[in-house]
Amino acid sequence: MNTQKLVGVGVFLIAVFGIVPWLISVTGRWDFYYTLTSVALLSIASAGVWLTFYIGRINIGQGAYALAGGYVSAILTTQAGFSFWATLPLAGLFCAGLSILIGLPILRLRGVYFAMVTLVLTEVGRLAALALPVTNGAKGITSIPLPGELSIFGLTLIPDFATLENPKLAFYLVAAFLMVICYAALYRIVNSRLGHLCRSLQQNEELSASIGVNTAYLRVLAYSISSFFGGIAGAMFVAISQSIYPSSFQVTDSVNFMLNCFLGGLGYVFGPMLGTLMLYFGWDLLFTAGRFQLLIYSSLLIILMLFLPNGVLSLFERKGGRK
Amino acid sequence: MEQIIVNGLYLGAQYALIALGLTLIFSLMNVLNFAHGQMYVLGGFVTYTVVAQFGLPFIVGLIASAVVLAVVGAAVEKYLFAPVIRKSKREESTMLLAAGIAFFLDAVILLVFGEKQRGVPKIVNGVLNWDFRIIMPYDRILIGVLAIAMIAGFILFMQYTKAGRAMRALAQDRVAAELMGVDVARYSMLGFALGAMLAGLVGGLLVTITGINLGMGGPTSIKAFMMIMIGGAGVISGAIAGGFILGMMESIGLTVLAAYGDITYLMIFASLMVFLAFRPQGLMGKPWG
Repeated sequence: MNTQKLVGVGVFLIAVFGIVPWLISVTGRWDFYYTLTSVALLSIASAGVWLTFYIGRINIGQGAYALAGGYVSAILTTQAGFSFWATLPLAGLFCAGLSILIGLPILRLRGVYFAMVTLVLTEVGRLAALALPVTNGAKGITSIPLPGELSIFGLTLIPDFATLENPKLAFYLVAAFLMVICYAALYRIVNSRLGHLCRSLQQNEELSASIGVNTAYLRVLAYSISSFFGGIAGAMFVAISQSIYPSSFQVTDSVNFMLNCFLGGLGYVFGPMLGTLMLYFGWDLLFTAGRFQLLIYSSLLIILMLFLPNGVLSLFERKGGRK
Repeated sequence: MEQIIVNGLYLGAQYALIALGLTLIFSLMNVLNFAHGQMYVLGGFVTYTVVAQFGLPFIVGLIASAVVLAVVGAAVEKYLFAPVIRKSKREESTMLLAAGIAFFLDAVILLVFGEKQRGVPKIVNGVLNWDFRIIMPYDRILIGVLAIAMIAGFILFMQYTKAGRAMRALAQDRVAAELMGVDVARYSMLGFALGAMLAGLVGGLLVTITGINLGMGGPTSIKAFMMIMIGGAGVISGAIAGGFILGMMESIGLTVLAAYGDITYLMIFASLMVFLAFRPQGLMGKPWG
């Protein structure tokens, strides 16, 4: 990592943890915390989708894993009495395990076939949540308690959210912290041996298999990491909204996760983060347009695609002259 | 038992017609048309407007749906998909465009036709009752027969006309077709228009029975995707087979599994996954599309 990148990361961290809370407390727009928390969590889920893009698969099924993660966390906290902080990794691990089971057959598919099957998977997630007895059907699970205290050896790391006078800020900080960790992990994965192998899968799966890359193992691994991200994002979302319904994550959400990646640019680790920020804020800003909101939003999407089919971050590529 | 089969055939004929349009677009352009369900809804609303608002006969409404959707499809291909395919580095970029168009059509439908459920009066009255073994309203039979006739017409068009031959050549090998003097740009546009037209026709047919509303677009697209996964993407016979198979499974599932609640689609999906594990390219598809 060169100094330029280090400075960039430093500026980003200061902006997320320092400047944004300061700006919000100065302007008094507390509602922005909720928006920014959502962006942080959605970009974690999008990061997962991006990783499956990285092995050359179009994943429109992230909504199913976000929903599964949310339900795991909700059921464990309300019925088994787990602490939320324990359910967060458990939700991720559950989704990773589930994705191995589902991924083994469906990862043999490629291109449009994989995209279609994952899209259907999202719909199945919703139907399963409606049909299973443990999820409480269409009524969903409500009044989930706020995250409690997290302490190690009596040292309080995270205070009880119910006692905080400003849980919004706390949620924002936790979500932003999670996001930073996930993207650091993603960056590390991409710039490691694993990342190189994934790129070889993206370019030509037969060729990489022929020179001894274990493609079947790699693609399941990448898919389960991706689903782990989805599960964590879903669990955190449930903690914030304190409720979950089968319709919490739907096909639209899955499609949006994919759009975030496309919009930011598929060749860039931080593409999904930028894409999520732009799409979510764009949608929110257009709220003033009233009933023309969807019309303007979709027209902008189409126009963007016409002029920048390789993502927004490809603008910088041309300027820097790098490949 | 007979009732289940007849219901399955009736559903299957409609489904096959939807899947045909989707698979045609996919085979010609390698584009997964996310907006297919929205095109179907638009077709239904056009027929509704012509029949219920202007008071014209149903057949006029159906033709209007076909014409409007063909124009929309041709415009979408010429001005949106063709330039993006030319410029983009990865062919998946067209998916974002397709999703954007789906949102756009949703918005247009909401603004022009509103969010209410719409339907037109029955075109034929009466119910066929064969000894209480098969009970089927006449209008459903008519729609089913019309759908099957359209499928037959489409197959004849693809088999025996010059345009049909050109499109089949394009689907087989784009470069070779171009070298043989097929006007690729023109037939891509024609194919897209035809695919969109089929979606619009199904919408026009079904508005007489189930009615139409804004929310039907997404679920219809998902069903169409399932059909072409069963049959194999980009193959016309596969789309027809997939449509009828899904229609049959739905008909059987709704009868047999009714006691266990709304799990028909859960079961269909589970069996689809097992099926795809053994045959990833579907019944009749080429490997890897």
